[in-house]
Amino acid sequence: MVMEIVCPAGTPAALRAAVKAGAHTIYCGFADETNARNFPGLNFDRTEMREGIAFAHFHGAKVLVAINTFPRAGDEAIWHRAVGDAESCGADAVILADIGLLDHAARSHPGLRRHVSVQAAAANADMINLYAVEFGIRRVVLPRVLSVPEIAAINAETEVETEVFVFGGLCVMAEGRCSLSSYATGQSPNMNGACSPAEHVEYNDQAGVLSARLGGFTIHRAAPGESAPYPTLCKGCFSAGDKSGHLFEDPVSLNAEHLIPQLQKAGVTALKIEGRQRSRSYVAQVVRNFRAAVDAADAGLPMPEGMMAQLSEGQSSTAGAYRKTWR
Amino acid sequence: MPQSSPTIPKFPALPAVAMRALPLAPLSISMTAYARRVAKSHPGLFRRLGVHDHARFVLDPTDLPFVICLEPNGGTPRVQVMRGPGEGAARIAGPLAALLGLVHGAFDGDALFFSRDLVIEGDTAAALALRNAVDDAELDLSQEIAAMSGPLAAPIKRLIGFAERRTGVSLTRPEEVGAW
Repeated sequence: MVMEIVCPAGTPAALRAAVKAGAHTIYCGFADETNARNFPGLNFDRTEMREGIAFAHFHGAKVLVAINTFPRAGDEAIWHRAVGDAESCGADAVILADIGLLDHAARSHPGLRRHVSVQAAAANADMINLYAVEFGIRRVVLPRVLSVPEIAAINAETEVETEVFVFGGLCVMAEGRCSLSSYATGQSPNMNGACSPAEHVEYNDQAGVLSARLGGFTIHRAAPGESAPYPTLCKGCFSAGDKSGHLFEDPVSLNAEHLIPQLQKAGVTALKIEGRQRSRSYVAQVVRNFRAAVDAADAGLPMPEGMMAQLSEGQSSTAGAYRKTWR
Repeated sequence: MPQSSPTIPKFPALPAVAMRALPLAPLSISMTAYARRVAKSHPGLFRRLGVHDHARFVLDPTDLPFVICLEPNGGTPRVQVMRGPGEGAARIAGPLAALLGLVHGAFDGDALFFSRDLVIEGDTAAALALRNAVDDAELDLSQEIAAMSGPLAAPIKRLIGFAERRTGVSLTRPEEVGAW
């Protein structure tokens, strides 16, 4: 069976580009703090969501709505409304992280398929099976900290479908547990839907040296000709004593396209591409590439040559934890 | 391992020097009329700008001797072409071909940022909103020019197509090559 390509869309145009490029499934979110890509100019209002889902369905693709931040105390109704609206817009599933919201969705919208977001950091079979028993979840998006044998071990012990990231931005932390951004800006991806919110980011180009500041702190300087990273603390380059370096992680992107046959053998159902903040050009290129790769894997053919390095952060890529040499 | 980015064509130096003699006031008036036409056919673009729909953007084609100051003005845009750095909430700078490629969806903004072909300064949130709004609008600037040209539309389209093939610059919205 062909593995499912789950593709990001930050705008209706990106959704259409993904469908046309051959995505089996598209994930997207509403234009508010209920989704973890809450950036200016991105996401869908209710009408756009309804129309986008209708367009995808007409062409045989599915749409998953990410409502994957953690509801703020006293404001749970915003997140509850998002789940209800996703269902009435015709979503094929919602992607949720918060246990309370999963419980609400299971009780109030039992016919709406539920997936566990990567933000829940569900990294072992016991936890995943608990989500299945308690909230009837059908799929889990695994955190980007697992090796291929670990993913195979999870699949051997659960009936829940697994979805894994194969391309795009890479977090150094277990998802849903990182508050680095909030130390510098007061806002975190988990609560506000934005890591390094754009209104706290400032760039300055002086004689070709690009300085990036986050919340007033300089977190990176790129020399002339050196590639620029995203302005996140985890990819920052810091100096201490007489040493300078990327304290947490080098600015690289995940690219696991060559591991697709192994992930298929490990029992993975769906391959997820990161990047709802990216353009329709990115979406179309990445989807075409991965669609060709999964079709080749299904036919037992060699993986096509990769074409996506230039789309990667730092213009570099890594297989990340899938080929883990560290613990 | 770092990889080289696709080559962005640069505007030829000699014609760029000659463009210093361009009268900027008539250029500003025509570009304002053009922007208002685009605004009329793509109202969603301004909705997507949200709170930034009255910001002033400095678009800086670094291979041309002027900058373009764009004020969306809530859907009734104003354009001012001027020499010098220009002042605004956000500055988006790069070769003309990179800026046109972004508008037409031929390039990815983040990829151009990673490769340093695109520089953003000032209000990053405003710049991001503009980039995302333009990306969603699926603009075709040549189509808009042709639509303004009455009986000359067909030859103008052919001329633009010829220029695009010769220069490698994205002057039209590329056709989406896909699975269907």
